[in-house]
Amino acid sequence: MGVEGIGASVVRKEDRRFITGKGRYVDDIKLVGMTHAHFIRSPHAHAKIKSIDTSEAMKMPGVVGVLTGQQLVDDKIGNLICGWAITSKDGTGMKMGAWPAMAPETVRFVGQAVAVVIAETKNQARDAAEAVVVNYEELPAVPDIRAAIAPGAPQLHPEAPGNVIYDWTIGDEGATDAAFKAAANVVSLDITNNRLVPNAMEPRAAIAEYNEPEEHFTLYTTSQNPHVARLVLSAFYNIAQEHKLRVVAPDVGGGFGSKIFIYPEEMVALWASKKVGRPVKWTGDRTEAFLTDAHGRDHLTKAEMAFDKDNKITGLRVKTYANLGGYMSLFSSSVPTYLYATLLSGQYNIPNIFAEVISVYTNTVPVDAYRGAGRPEASFVVERLMETAARQLKVDPAELRKKNFITQFPHQTPVIMAYDIGDFHASLDAAMKAIDYAGFPARKAKAKSEGKLRGIGISCYIEACGIAPSKAVGSLGAGVGLWESAEVRVNPVGTIEILTGSHSHGQGHETTFCQLIADRLGVPISQVSIVHGDTDKVQFGMGTYGSRSAAVGLTAILKAMEKVEAKAKKIAAHQLEASENDIVIENGEFKVAGTDKSLALPMVALAAYTAHNLPDGMEPGLKEGAFYDPTNFTFPAGAYICEMEVDAGTGKSTFVNFVAADDFGRLINPMIVEGQVHGGLAQGIGQALLENAAYDASGQLLTASFMDYAMPRADDLPSFKLSHTTTLCPGNPLGVKGCGEAGAIGASAAVINAITDAIGNNKLEMPATPDRVWHAIHG
Amino acid sequence: MYQTTYHRPSSVDEAASLFAKGSDAKYLAGGHTLIPVMKQRLAAPSDVIDLGKIKELVGIEASADTLTIKAATTYYDIMQNADVKKSIPAISYLTSMLGDPAVRHRGTIGGSIANNDPAADFPAALVSLDATVKTNKRSIAADDFFKGLFTTALEDGEIITAIAFPIPAKAGYAKMRHPASRFALTGVFVTQTKTGDVRVAATGASQDGVMRVPAIEAALKANWSAGAIDGVTISADGMISDIHGTSDYRANLVKVMAQRAVDAAG
Ligand SMILES: Cc1cc2nc3c(=O)[nH]c(=O)nc-3n(C[C@H](O)[C@H](O)[C@H](O)COP(=O)(O)OP(=O)(O)OC[C@H]3O[C@@H](n4cnc5c(N)ncnc54)[C@H](O)[C@@H]3O)c2cc1C
Repeated sequence: MGVEGIGASVVRKEDRRFITGKGRYVDDIKLVGMTHAHFIRSPHAHAKIKSIDTSEAMKMPGVVGVLTGQQLVDDKIGNLICGWAITSKDGTGMKMGAWPAMAPETVRFVGQAVAVVIAETKNQARDAAEAVVVNYEELPAVPDIRAAIAPGAPQLHPEAPGNVIYDWTIGDEGATDAAFKAAANVVSLDITNNRLVPNAMEPRAAIAEYNEPEEHFTLYTTSQNPHVARLVLSAFYNIAQEHKLRVVAPDVGGGFGSKIFIYPEEMVALWASKKVGRPVKWTGDRTEAFLTDAHGRDHLTKAEMAFDKDNKITGLRVKTYANLGGYMSLFSSSVPTYLYATLLSGQYNIPNIFAEVISVYTNTVPVDAYRGAGRPEASFVVERLMETAARQLKVDPAELRKKNFITQFPHQTPVIMAYDIGDFHASLDAAMKAIDYAGFPARKAKAKSEGKLRGIGISCYIEACGIAPSKAVGSLGAGVGLWESAEVRVNPVGTIEILTGSHSHGQGHETTFCQLIADRLGVPISQVSIVHGDTDKVQFGMGTYGSRSAAVGLTAILKAMEKVEAKAKKIAAHQLEASENDIVIENGEFKVAGTDKSLALPMVALAAYTAHNLPDGMEPGLKEGAFYDPTNFTFPAGAYICEMEVDAGTGKSTFVNFVAADDFGRLINPMIVEGQVHGGLAQGIGQALLENAAYDASGQLLTASFMDYAMPRADDLPSFKLSHTTTLCPGNPLGVKGCGEAGAIGASAAVINAITDAIGNNKLEMPATPDRVWHAIHG
Repeated sequence: MYQTTYHRPSSVDEAASLFAKGSDAKYLAGGHTLIPVMKQRLAAPSDVIDLGKIKELVGIEASADTLTIKAATTYYDIMQNADVKKSIPAISYLTSMLGDPAVRHRGTIGGSIANNDPAADFPAALVSLDATVKTNKRSIAADDFFKGLFTTALEDGEIITAIAFPIPAKAGYAKMRHPASRFALTGVFVTQTKTGDVRVAATGASQDGVMRVPAIEAALKANWSAGAIDGVTISADGMISDIHGTSDYRANLVKVMAQRAVDAAG
């Protein structure tokens, strides 16, 4: 592997820049003549806009323009779209209401933009925003799922009667019902999957610049997928044609899914930059992030599992209500359907599965993909059911899992997914060993003698990553293909630039992607640079989410590399007067096998660009591109076990131990993988113990700052013990599966299983705050 | 933030006269409460008068009977101070549990009690220890100083100069931290005075802010031990109830934290 090749824990190249404050985020960019936008947002969850008076604001110092939703309509700017069509069980399409970038008539969540002030300075924009008078007529609000589906509930969109967007099913209902009828035992559970705020460290921001003579726009934005942003902005919003719009996503400080989507502020900044004839900058503050970034999760589920007399699972029946908020965000429809219900088989042989998902509108900020997106919700359902079943059937929870594990691959589940490979016994065994599972009863007894409640909880997760085979997702309603592209440019002096459609916003691509090149060519990673995040530089790309950058993005780079290597070998063979088949690449040199003849990469590159002596008919240059479309999802899986102690007096849970045994296939950079797992676990544990986006009955967000929204801090978390059990992914040449979301997918069930075990009461919702745990203990 | 005029006086008198001149002046200490409120445009003082650089407002003194902490002393300096550790270690512990390092390095005891957040830690210490709040005009007993949520006995423009704590026989503090803000979800300070009196104060619990807990005081007076509180029932009436803790949970915490504070006091 070499010191910098695949499998080496190379220190991240990009960190020096970030640690010394030299990162270049959108807010760091200042353009000549730049103005500043401040949005006027609805204080009401549901209201009609009766009037907007901008006349006083227009007279305020520094004001360049005040624009409203009606002007967007007048300029025929398109409504926001949802890019994944879901068909209801009755064959009808999604009941989607219009989402204008600024509301001209009706607001449907607190924080929705109704107007924008553009001024010379940020403070002037804010001052003037206070002078804009908006008259609202308040309407009754539905702040949550139960309110939305209640008979006679206020209607949000005329298109969606009963506030239902779709009622979708998957699996064989008849066969599943039959399995339940024949079951020896049935276990059932009501589950709330709590709503979360992504809270990337960098708030969203956008700068738009319009070049009038060229009719050309440039948008700097906090995006995980700048090409997708350009595609959507140009194809649907009537703002600019694709070739007249450059989208740049420079350093981006975390996304967790929330920066996949194209938001109203980006659209308005572009449109406004043309209207005022000046560059327009908007940087959201933390309050705006809480109020307007797409939230995650928010499901209500009833789940039942059927077992035969040998404790083998015979059926799973799930009914889920998903809250999509006031409008349908870009990929919102797919999260509780194809990213959720297709993973309900977990790691288990379940012959019959039937799931129904009803997505509803509420007067809350839109909900969309957030780290794990659908898969944490699925894993939580399955793993809470398994634990509950073990308790009800009075069998060891590890044994019950083992008895039902899938052991033969490939395995076709009843819910679309075909698992390619895995070894679920290996990861569970590794985790049990790491936590000394066998010694737990003695530890529990000892804790009890000291007046403490101790519990242990297992979670065996599986996820579908490497998103995604284009044909497959296309057949399921996706509006885009999910391949990736790459270009490898060997410069005349032999340094290398990799242009990738993946986008790094914390993942460390600038290091890991270089490691592939170091591995193939034996050159130091300092000779390689990664170019990403700019539609003018990179050919095209689908971006980074769904743990796809290694499995799809890096494979595309590999494909382009193979073409480069083939051409370079031809050149070297020609120069060395050897046969192309005898050329091997070692330590940055092209060698004739079995001889001492060699040519260093810079010489090969130089030959390619001087073109003085190339094989007949060969084009000059050394640059190749590739598009790679995966043939299947990848299936990272693993086992997490957590041991917790609960203080019965306060209800506070403390970690005793947390072990993880993950199977991510081949690891490119184990240190970076570890970091990804730590971060994911922190978010999974955050969901289980701390985080909760709570709205009051009128639709006000109660947790709109860190004073009320509990983000996990370092001292809330244990020191994780990680390990890996590896089966190489057969679906891609690198054998990689993806690691970005695993922690967030698997952790929460382990935590809740441990706490409920400790307190001897299975009725406990997330987040398991001390208050809730205390009530669960004391009734 | 709106336009404001910043002043840095060098004496308490100068600060008071600047305050009198301003149309809507505010004193500034650590700024950890005032500045965020100004940034959110929820406060728009005409003048901001910084007390932090006034020498006579910073420092700690201890005599045989009294520990005096001047108003603009930071939590960090209180936490580190040898006299505090020796005379009332519970105060040192309280500051170690207050906020995070940034908050402890900026926030001041004077700012905390002037603000009188219902979940702040110091009000419980002042009430339990029967401290006296000294201002540029008078002395106010802690029991009379705190007047409910974000309200104190301070008059307009009055400056807290110091807090005098009688050194107790025993004192302890226990705090259940709010999961998000890390203020007190409920905190209880218990004191046994040198004359054998017992005073117990809870913060974060009552809708009226810091409160004495007479039932626990009576139990501890009879028998200074955590076990003595076992039989006490705390009513949930008037307790704060929110997404982080219901009123009955907070009532329970008053009792449990009191027991742990007694254990800590020894
Ligand atoms: C993240 C965070 C966590 C926190 N956690 C905790 C916690 O765990 N426990 C806790 O108790 N507090 C906590 N706080 C609050 C912190 O203690 C504040 O600093 C404190 O409430 C105010 O003190 P200050 O010195 O910053 O006052 P400032 O913000 O400067 O002033 C607050 C108010 O007091 C007035 N004032 C200040 N000094 C005087 C004086 N000498 N005389 C008269 N009036 C005066 C000011 O005019 C202003 O109205 C936290 C704050 C933050 C931001």
